[in-house]
Amino acid sequence: MENQVQEKKAPRIVLPGEFIDDLKGRKTNAGVYIQDDKAYSQVVGVPRVGIYEVSVVPLSGKYIPAFSDKVIGVVKEVEISGWLIDINSPYMGFLPLSEGVEEYVDARADLTKFFNRGDIIACRISRVTKTKSVQCSMRDMMARKLNGGTVIKVTPSKIPRIIGKNGSMINLIKEGTGTEISTGQNGYVWIKGENQALAMEAILTIDKESHMPGLTEKIEKMVGGKINGTQE
Amino acid sequence: MQEKYALELINKGMRVDGRKLLEFREIELKTNVINKAEGSAYVKMGETQVIVGVKMNMGTPYADSMGEGVLMCGAEFTPMSSPDFESGPPSPESIELARVVDRGIRESHCIDVGKLVIDEKNVWVVNVDIHIINHDGNLMDASALGAIAALKTTKIPRVDLEKMEIVRNDYVADLPVVHTPINVSVCKVGSNVVLDPTKLEEGSIDSRISISVREDDKICALQKQGSKGIMIGEIPGMMELAMEKSRELRKLLE
Amino acid sequence: MGHKSDIKLIVDGKRTDGRTVDQCREVTMEVNVIPAADGSAKVGFGSTVALASVYGPRELFPRFMQESDTGILRTRYNMAPFSVDDRKKPGQDRRSQEISKVMKHALEPVLFLQEFPKVTVDAFAEVIQADGSTRVTGINAVSLALVAAGIPMSHMVTAVSVGKADGELVTDLNGKEDNFGEADMGFAMVHDTGEVTLLQMDGELTLDEIKKLLDMAQTACGQILEKQKKALRDFYVKRGE
Repeated sequence: MENQVQEKKAPRIVLPGEFIDDLKGRKTNAGVYIQDDKAYSQVVGVPRVGIYEVSVVPLSGKYIPAFSDKVIGVVKEVEISGWLIDINSPYMGFLPLSEGVEEYVDARADLTKFFNRGDIIACRISRVTKTKSVQCSMRDMMARKLNGGTVIKVTPSKIPRIIGKNGSMINLIKEGTGTEISTGQNGYVWIKGENQALAMEAILTIDKESHMPGLTEKIEKMVGGKINGTQE
Repeated sequence: MQEKYALELINKGMRVDGRKLLEFREIELKTNVINKAEGSAYVKMGETQVIVGVKMNMGTPYADSMGEGVLMCGAEFTPMSSPDFESGPPSPESIELARVVDRGIRESHCIDVGKLVIDEKNVWVVNVDIHIINHDGNLMDASALGAIAALKTTKIPRVDLEKMEIVRNDYVADLPVVHTPINVSVCKVGSNVVLDPTKLEEGSIDSRISISVREDDKICALQKQGSKGIMIGEIPGMMELAMEKSRELRKLLE
Repeated sequence: MGHKSDIKLIVDGKRTDGRTVDQCREVTMEVNVIPAADGSAKVGFGSTVALASVYGPRELFPRFMQESDTGILRTRYNMAPFSVDDRKKPGQDRRSQEISKVMKHALEPVLFLQEFPKVTVDAFAEVIQADGSTRVTGINAVSLALVAAGIPMSHMVTAVSVGKADGELVTDLNGKEDNFGEADMGFAMVHDTGEVTLLQMDGELTLDEIKKLLDMAQTACGQILEKQKKALRDFYVKRGE
């Protein structure tokens, strides 16, 4: 997140069709469309005008999967050749057997012994086709089955804010509440531990007030801790 | 593939059937084609074929329009007329067609509804039913033309006032039709304006405005269709075109 | 249109509700009023009130309706039975179905639906109180609800009715003007670009009158767009304070 908005006041909010900036050779990312070399917003959100990129962090909207996203998913259905995964999106993820399990599995095996309906996993989006068929994979350092705990839903674009700079915000919450937390770019957040309820409250507060000034202080107060050094 | 070809041609100012962009197909119009109906018309616009029948029935006036006859307009996209039409409840397209034709007739005040009173309780209900026989595009203009042609030939049957029964095939008067609204749908394909598209060409239409024009150049109904917008500055020109073309089409009714 | 009536709609340049000819009724707008929806809004033009909610993009069934290269927009305009003087029979009559269709066409031009193959965006407009201009009130509400739902859009759509009453051209028809006036034109546009996305009229007008009405509608849409923007900013800036 190198393109942070500097000011401490409530940041500028753009609406669909509003001019953000002249493109001047920069790339655009989500939430932006280009017309006559100018960047306009597609959504209601906070514009991020960086040196190399112009984008808008939307304040609402659904998660649309993209290659290499880290997501938290919930197993929806166990099929013959893999698992259907709810990734908090209009598009279902599919975790093929070969991407889900390292060992050799007999074709007739009962796949529920690996992942069963309702199981929570952290996985990586390994492929998205043009027509939005989505493949998930467990072949990744961070991928794992998440036992116990609970999943809450937040606005997907708020995940970076929940994590904070170098994980500062999420670590503050983890330490303050004695919980394990895993976030997915899809807006699912998995929480497990002692003070699950407080962690949940803190995360939902960030979701709601991510673009408001004084948020860090508020969360610090809430969970009883302090982020060291430079904030955000 | 063929659709793409039709579009390429339009972009060059040409049509698949050799017409100019603002040219209608040949129109064949016959009236009194259904002997059971009090008024009827058959319209053949290129390969598009429509039959419109008018049935006169007795009924009660609307509470807010006492002393006036009632106009009702319906359209049926029969499954026989196109592989795209299925039987079942009326599609949004058929409802829109009927309602646009209805508005053209109603808002032009072409029927003198004040003259359609039978007695204190009963008035004439004019049922205009549009039946699509073959769909080859521009159903709106063909149907509206058929409707006004059918109305102009409609006769009012005698009513046996003692039995309060309609005596069919015994006519006492012509339906009082005092105006002649003509519907012209002006279509936008890219930057071009096109009239009377075939079904193939309709696949390339960005948007269209159906414009109903009376013989005194009053515009009495508008309906924009299609999923693209039209620049506001282009609209008056499209109306002028509809006015001009409506005069041409109206001649068919004379 | 055109019911014969003795009701005077304009007296000394003032309309039945005291407005001048080109004045809109009081416009109220609020977003995210229906928490279950992905986006929602409530819009009032005087005593005409419409609610709108948007769900999606979401999975589309039956599967044969899915388009592999784009998402689709589905719209439903409906009037509550209690919204009018004489109770309206619940459900979709022919008028509602036609309006649902033109509403879809009024909003489609601004949506980047190609970003969502195979899925649907469902938009619902519910008129809970009707005093003329219900369809354009509904379109304004759906436009706001789409933004609130985070559906990518190139612009917002703004709608207004214009028409003719007692021989005068007027903006934002109330129920009386709608019923007893000479012409009623439903209009929606992308104000930033000048693109017209809804145009319906019934009545009796000359070409010159239509030209003037288009001008009046465009001016009114400019004012209404500012209110739409304000409603969105009010919600997204103020929440969390």
